[in-house]
Amino acid sequence: MAREKKRRASGRRSPLAAVALIGIGLLATGGIYAGASAAVAATNDTSTSASTALTVDDGKKLFQANCATCHGMDLQGSDDGPSLVGVGELAVEFQVSTGRMPLAMQGPQAPEKPAQFTEDQIKALAAYVQSVAPGPTYPSAETLDGKGDVANGAEIFRTNCAMCHNVAGAGGALTQGKFAPSLESTSALHMYAAMVTGPQNMPVFSNLNLNLDEKRDIISYLLYLQDHESVGGFGLGSLGPVAEGLFIWIFGIGTLIGVTVWITAKSN
Amino acid sequence: MAHEEDPLEHERASWKPSPGLAVAVPDPVQNSELPPHRERVTDKDPAAMKRAVRTVYTLFYLSVAASIWAVAAYMIFPIEDGQITSIRHNNLFIGLGIALALLAIGIGAIHWSKAIMSDKEFVEPRHATRGRDTTREAAIKAFADANEESGFGRRAMVRNSLIAAVVASIAPGVVLFRGLAPQSSPSNPYAGDPVHLLSQTMWKKGMRLAHDPSGVPIKASDVTLGSAFHVIPEALADVSHAEGYLDEKAKAIVLLMRLPVDQLHPEPGHEDWGFDGIVAYSKVCTHVGCPVALYEQQTHHLLCPCHQSQFDVSHGARVIFGPAARALPQLPIEVDDEGYIVAKSDFHEPVGPSFWERH
Repeated sequence: MAREKKRRASGRRSPLAAVALIGIGLLATGGIYAGASAAVAATNDTSTSASTALTVDDGKKLFQANCATCHGMDLQGSDDGPSLVGVGELAVEFQVSTGRMPLAMQGPQAPEKPAQFTEDQIKALAAYVQSVAPGPTYPSAETLDGKGDVANGAEIFRTNCAMCHNVAGAGGALTQGKFAPSLESTSALHMYAAMVTGPQNMPVFSNLNLNLDEKRDIISYLLYLQDHESVGGFGLGSLGPVAEGLFIWIFGIGTLIGVTVWITAKSN
Repeated sequence: MAHEEDPLEHERASWKPSPGLAVAVPDPVQNSELPPHRERVTDKDPAAMKRAVRTVYTLFYLSVAASIWAVAAYMIFPIEDGQITSIRHNNLFIGLGIALALLAIGIGAIHWSKAIMSDKEFVEPRHATRGRDTTREAAIKAFADANEESGFGRRAMVRNSLIAAVVASIAPGVVLFRGLAPQSSPSNPYAGDPVHLLSQTMWKKGMRLAHDPSGVPIKASDVTLGSAFHVIPEALADVSHAEGYLDEKAKAIVLLMRLPVDQLHPEPGHEDWGFDGIVAYSKVCTHVGCPVALYEQQTHHLLCPCHQSQFDVSHGARVIFGPAARALPQLPIEVDDEGYIVAKSDFHEPVGPSFWERH
């Protein structure tokens, strides 16, 4: 108490004052931002709920407002984004409903994030892109039903996909910040869409490369992995020997050292 | 133990370690005495001793209970329906029982020795390593006597013939061991020639490129822009495992890609090794032979997952990063009359990592 009083008397602020000031500032900005974005969201909601069934024309407007800056008014592309001629409605479905597009900023790879558009808006965008220059289209429900040959799917997956996506679909690193994403929560439609459209640096696996039955088997294998927990105990991210080795070196050997210390320590 | 009569007492008194090359420091570390003996709680307090005894026998009885539990778990969680979950439960609960049973024995035994068994400390100094002079002389004499009596040193003829016999007895083993290596024969002239085996693959002129592992041949029109196909020679699909399927596949695997023609910059002399932007490269890394198949269709980079070597497919799969020493060998391809992609020839250089004759 005595020290505190002395400090006040000499006119010096408590060191907590700066922290308190920063805290108040952060709370104020955060509060204003939250209020403002809620208001914006509310106006957005009214605009989308007003339009139910969207047409190709609505898709065109959406495209021109949200995509044309990089992809060009006629899908021809620009320095900032590739041409979308021939990518088809499935590419739009994949990129937009996983939130990869619209891109927040240029980077090695478009990251997955919450979708920016409603389902209707995505359908309209897709219909517009498909109407300008056709490309891969939605598959039949049978291809996505997950009732194919899981074992055959696993073999095709190991040959064609596992080198990047990991044999358990856990994903993996590529070059210069790029990566093959995890497939542990990907929907069947997006698995199919990724294979036929080859998003970003993924090669295209057209139906002439892997036919519809083979694609159905691969999707069945991945859905099987998603639905069945690992029988071998903790998966540790399914990353293989690195994660498992790290775990056993740190926790296994750590436990051994602890036991050794206990055995050689003097009793009480 | 320390109080027994020391048979080497006189030796130790007279023996001084040789200083050798050691530097004698003016202030050597003094022999630190043993720390004072600390009495345990269990020796001072009878109640604590009782508690320790109780802990130990509780642990041992716990071990008995855990063993019984392991037997019970075998009956409670049978693997009858073949379900993965029941196998898992069976393994888990039996394992927990056995682990607890063994751990409790171990922990109980150690706790017993630490808390209950005698806490008396002993000092047992090391004895000199050098034997007594008489012992050493006796040992030398035993050798000399043995040599004298056997005549090993004197009868050189007998001794040398024995050495010859022992050396010769190794020869059959060496010859048999050499016989395990592959050997050339009129029907298979290259079996014993690793350089030749490493230098040629199943690819030859007109061999169709086929899907791995189905062996379905690939048409040029199937290979759309941005595609990557995992390829084996069509004839490989008919080779059985007993006939060396994996040996052949390990050398012949190929990655087939289609790039925009304007982005393809072939090496001089290799301009006609592709077809309309379609190129085929060996999938065996030139570093240590991992399959290089992580293809990025926009950058046209191929990444080897083992040691991060990167190859630029648009420039003849040259190395742009990592420990690989050479570009991936390219398989020259063309299209046959039916539109299928076929090899123009075998690879023009050995695939895979360097070896003695190829570096």
